[in-house]
Amino acid sequence: MSLATEPKAAEQGFWLIRQYNRLTLRQRRTLMGYVFIAPFILGFLFWWLGPAAVAGYLTFHKWNFLAAPKFVGMAHFSKMVGDPILAQSLKVTIVFSAISVPLSLVFAFFLANLINAKFRFIAVFRTIYFLPSIVPAVANAILWAWLFNTEFGLINFVIRFFGGPKIGWLQDPSWVMLAFVILTVWGVGGSMIIFLAGLQGIPQIFYEAAEIDGAGRWQRLLYVTLPMMSPIIFFNLVIGFINSFQVFVSALLITNGGPQRATLFLVLHIWRTAFSSQKMGYASVLSWLLFLILMVLSFIVFRYIGSRVYYENPDD
Amino acid sequence: MGFSEKSADFVESRRSPKSYGDIFFHWLTVFLLVFFAVVMVTPFIWLLSSSLKTQINIFQYPPQLIPDPFVPENYVYALTYKPFGIYFRNTVLVAGLNVVAVVFTSSFCAYGFARMRFPGRDFWFGIVMATLFLPYAVLLVPSFIVFSRLGWVDTFLPLVVPPFFGGGAFNIFLMRQFFRTIPEEIADAARIDGCSEFGVYWRVMLPLSKPALITIGIFTFLFAWNDLIGPITYLRSPDNFTIAVGLASFRSQTDISWDLQLAASTAVTLPVIVLFFFAQRYFIQGVVMTGLKG
Repeated sequence: MSLATEPKAAEQGFWLIRQYNRLTLRQRRTLMGYVFIAPFILGFLFWWLGPAAVAGYLTFHKWNFLAAPKFVGMAHFSKMVGDPILAQSLKVTIVFSAISVPLSLVFAFFLANLINAKFRFIAVFRTIYFLPSIVPAVANAILWAWLFNTEFGLINFVIRFFGGPKIGWLQDPSWVMLAFVILTVWGVGGSMIIFLAGLQGIPQIFYEAAEIDGAGRWQRLLYVTLPMMSPIIFFNLVIGFINSFQVFVSALLITNGGPQRATLFLVLHIWRTAFSSQKMGYASVLSWLLFLILMVLSFIVFRYIGSRVYYENPDD
Repeated sequence: MGFSEKSADFVESRRSPKSYGDIFFHWLTVFLLVFFAVVMVTPFIWLLSSSLKTQINIFQYPPQLIPDPFVPENYVYALTYKPFGIYFRNTVLVAGLNVVAVVFTSSFCAYGFARMRFPGRDFWFGIVMATLFLPYAVLLVPSFIVFSRLGWVDTFLPLVVPPFFGGGAFNIFLMRQFFRTIPEEIADAARIDGCSEFGVYWRVMLPLSKPALITIGIFTFLFAWNDLIGPITYLRSPDNFTIAVGLASFRSQTDISWDLQLAASTAVTLPVIVLFFFAQRYFIQGVVMTGLKG
């Protein structure tokens, strides 16, 4: 804030500017600060708090868009407890999360170590490993639906080529989850790059010191790489968990929730409840449920895993 | 960091003489690198190859790797079967507005969080971080209710207006981190020369933040290009569809055969890959910035 322009502005006599001039420097700074963050605050009120409040109101109401919302009290909550479809979609989401998150994490970490090697043409490999993660979600879904095609898909071709059986990837409820895990693991490029950057940030001295102390490859990985990488592993874990609860496009386009609701992920279930069945009240309840699950999960992850993370420079 | 090649030829070349273990490890690494490269690339080749086959050849066992006959016309059919021109225009409009919104408002808010000191700042930044960890899916239904009350359903407004309010927690966070790396002395020099706080933001910080702004611009564009859940929820009339919705509508129509679906998918993926090759540096920077400062 420049002091030089203020007398001029006051002469123009705008009330607001006069008021502004009466403020102390400290107050002006506060005001300016809020001016800068105002877009976010307004956005938070309009697009987060407002909708959340409306959804909170609707949890006690039945509303199909057409008629006025009808008060139903706690009916949605009692319905929720005994809802077999909801139980199924929760089961699907949690099982998927429990399998795909650790697997993606380990695979991304493994690939990052591979492409951290110093080779000629390593840049080409890095690019190849990263590319799957930028394929647009819809195109990705179509591609994988075709890859997993029972009769003519490439994956079954490879399996049969090596003498395996023909697997009904997208028709068999016991296989379809694995199909989703595979396509998720294929797209780990983003977390892989984050791991790679982390690996390159570990000072070489640590490895040299470990080597002098007689540490082998495995010990260097265990006692140097892993502790140094723990904040990044933790970050990727959190992001992975959140993403795993948001599966929508592939569930909608590859299997449309089937077979036998084996891929009815929670977000897809909420979306259908709201926009196919027009049950906005119940969908609001489910949205709140998703919110609570994520809050509890984040709490657990931060409390029990976050506390084990090693930070080299805690101030960073 | 980028995808730059390092000059050393072998793993751990500094260690000589090599033990058998080292040699074994070297070749194991080479083998694994190539193996996973094949795994990663095969789906792309399969996509491309299938998209160029005739309807008859696509349903052939064992599958052909190189299409015979070669049918590039699939692309013409696929992209004219649905009005992809209109979808493209809509997508560019939505994505373009999103980019403008995010680049300017997220940097604006981030400036407040990074460089101003005032009571309540840390509280609000806490809220930014909290919304960062809450996915869009949670708000899907609640915001739909609000937007339908506003009469915004089947318009682009629900997709383009919210980004103007801060541009998303993630981008605010990213820009804040970037601003904090710019020395305060530069801003002070501008202030001494009579620059207002807006002036410091606009004339000093923004020009110095071009790489970060390009990064969030690219990511915002990609997000809008790829996003299905927003457009499929709000856009009803086919004239308003974005590319993602248009492509998704291929799936729900059983009369559209695989060759056309795959041709359209390839056509939608291609611009993203081209963009990646031109802006690789920013992609990597964006991914890394998000990860390391978290």
